[in-house]
Amino acid sequence: MTGAKALWATLANHGISTVFGYPGGAIMPVYDALTFYPEVRHVLTRHEQGAAHAAEGWAKATGEIGVCLATSGPGATNLVTGLADAMMDSVPLLAITGNVARHLMGTDAFQEADITGITLPITKHNYVVRDVEELPQIIAEAIRIARTGRPGPVLVDIPKDVQLAAYSGQIPKPHARPEIPAPADEAIERALELLRSAKKPVMMVGGGSLDSSAEITALARAWDIPVITTLMGLGAFPASDPLWLGMPGMHGSVAANRAISEADVLLGIGLRFDDRVTGRVNGFAPNAAIIHIELDAAEIGKIIRTHVPVRGDAKVAAARLTEGAVKGVWPEWTAQLQEWRGRNETPEHWGAGYAVKAVVDRLTPDDILSSDVGQHQMLCAQLARFEKPRRWLNSGGLGTMGFGFPAAIGAGMAEPGVRSVVIAGDGGFQMTAQELATLKMYDIRNVKICIINNSYLGMVRQWQEMFHGKRYSEVWLGDSNPDFLKLADAYDVPGYRASSAEELPAAIDAWLNDPKSALLEVVVPHEHGVFPMVPAGAALYEMIESDPKRAAELKAQLADAPMNEVPMNEVSDA
Amino acid sequence: MTEPVPYDQLLSILVRDEPRVLTRITALFGRRGYNIKSLSVGNTEHPGVSRMTIVVHGDRGVVEQAIRQLEKLHDVVKIIDHSLEKYVDRELVLVKVAITPESRVEVRQIAEDFRSRIVDVGRHALTFEVTGDEGKVTAFIEQMRPFGILETMRTGRIALTRGSNADIASHIYHSGESETLRPALEGLEAREERARGVPNLF
Repeated sequence: MTGAKALWATLANHGISTVFGYPGGAIMPVYDALTFYPEVRHVLTRHEQGAAHAAEGWAKATGEIGVCLATSGPGATNLVTGLADAMMDSVPLLAITGNVARHLMGTDAFQEADITGITLPITKHNYVVRDVEELPQIIAEAIRIARTGRPGPVLVDIPKDVQLAAYSGQIPKPHARPEIPAPADEAIERALELLRSAKKPVMMVGGGSLDSSAEITALARAWDIPVITTLMGLGAFPASDPLWLGMPGMHGSVAANRAISEADVLLGIGLRFDDRVTGRVNGFAPNAAIIHIELDAAEIGKIIRTHVPVRGDAKVAAARLTEGAVKGVWPEWTAQLQEWRGRNETPEHWGAGYAVKAVVDRLTPDDILSSDVGQHQMLCAQLARFEKPRRWLNSGGLGTMGFGFPAAIGAGMAEPGVRSVVIAGDGGFQMTAQELATLKMYDIRNVKICIINNSYLGMVRQWQEMFHGKRYSEVWLGDSNPDFLKLADAYDVPGYRASSAEELPAAIDAWLNDPKSALLEVVVPHEHGVFPMVPAGAALYEMIESDPKRAAELKAQLADAPMNEVPMNEVSDA
Repeated sequence: MTEPVPYDQLLSILVRDEPRVLTRITALFGRRGYNIKSLSVGNTEHPGVSRMTIVVHGDRGVVEQAIRQLEKLHDVVKIIDHSLEKYVDRELVLVKVAITPESRVEVRQIAEDFRSRIVDVGRHALTFEVTGDEGKVTAFIEQMRPFGILETMRTGRIALTRGSNADIASHIYHSGESETLRPALEGLEAREERARGVPNLF
């Protein structure tokens, strides 16, 4: 048996059913061996970045490890963005790369790149396999590392001659998953004490809490604590529950950001206090004692001073805090939050927000919604109502344009019975649009692509409008965008278009009911912003609640009215 | 709140002896902007395990964060934070001092006072070897400075905890739990077994 065959046998032994990849010179023995392992499906994407994001989509939707494959040099470097993305969002990912033969490594050989050196800061761990006898064990260990504790990407680089060398050993079985450490009793006691003394508590749950969703929901309901879900945590707590306040941070809800600013106890679960969540750090939760339940010790106290650190399994911690619950001792607080909850702007005028809302309102709780990166991503996060975890896929930490479409393909292949909807911008979609070929090649029928086309790199344009004196530098795409329907048609993907509120409902119906994967282009006005917004460097309580342009219109209408009828926190049109 | 005070802190890091481990460790410090003041690496009594002594300059928060990030590295077997234990530390330095016929005797006398050894004798220079803690080494260099120091090379500090306890708690978690031997060691054992020819079937 060659090393390459041992690789596939090990992957098959670990229950890996699908691998996303792209062949090349230095990985050819592995592709040759693939033909002997029909139990593993290989999905040929049209770019290695697409393979990495598809594997991420697979992993994010299922919670299981995603696998991607590339050749040496340029193939391997094309995986880098996906690896960095997986690292930031704690996605279990196994990347396998070919490399030049051992005797050529370090000689600047053709298509050689020091990929382990390159990916060192963006992988949880990486390996160069220098001995074929170690290859299967390294793959088994890499899978264990990727899935254990805080998940993350692991890269295994295999020189071509190692792929061809004879392997005589056994094929390893999967490692047993090690138990997640339970939190210390003392930490739980201190957390309970703090919660019982609270007057204005709030829970904030992040991407690390997705697999503890049931326990966290029970915890919140037992105490009557309002819940905020971060961008990565959306779905960890059902949006239909009256205790849900929405998302915090830069484009968070009024209720969530006010709750954080007013809270006296903040219970954070499975999150890392990203700067897009905290705003200015010394203005974050200024009155609150922080309880932080987190598996990764390095995240505790990294950004925000933690008063009660609880290190360990969020499931266990939440269950134990539920046992000690005292229900409903802060009626004034919950009433106040309900009032703030009502202040969220719902998009009533035709625009990106209106279109996103119309689409997400049609989705069922089982549908998977992926987004790309930009304004539409924030609009999805604000407007979609997630009832279950792992139905919302987006590039949270790295903010990778081009992520959404291949991720939706990966998720759609992982769950062929489920609709996998992606909402993308016209900019981001074009970064990985070539994956339309993957839809065609595998006749994937459950991926629904919606492009919100405002002819701009919308988020950058919004910042230029607000913070760079409206100097719209290099963000206009309108003159060079393709006809997206013709583009889709070139790959036999049916296309639909809507350019107005009147056209939209019928277009959405036709698009979602199409028996094939289909593309919907929604043409929206060029210059719409996403609000609420906390400007970079500001504190959450310095949030701009609504669009200053609309506030200015309002101000003009109210010219004769006393000033105090105009919202106090609007900014002037600089 | 008072400003955190930066100072030199001593860490011992036991790591798997594999290619790129040093890069992993130093890259982690570099990326997060923690300045390594000195670093020395050597083998240990365990085959396959190397020991690094790192002096980090920073406030307590910086060092705690550095330790926690290091703990996540798969190659790191154990971290000993010497600020939490009694320890001995030493540094070796070679100092080449310019001499003249007039200063020769005085230079040798000072070196003797420091229990320093002469390792090389030239017509115009003597090279001394000094071992000791940081204070002694610095004092020696300061004493020699007026005569003219031509070259110095310091190894960086190395340290061991005092007493017989080889298995020191790392004390990095507020819960007080010590995570002395990480799963990394399991992998290490498997590797050693393989090296001995024992089949490892997991």
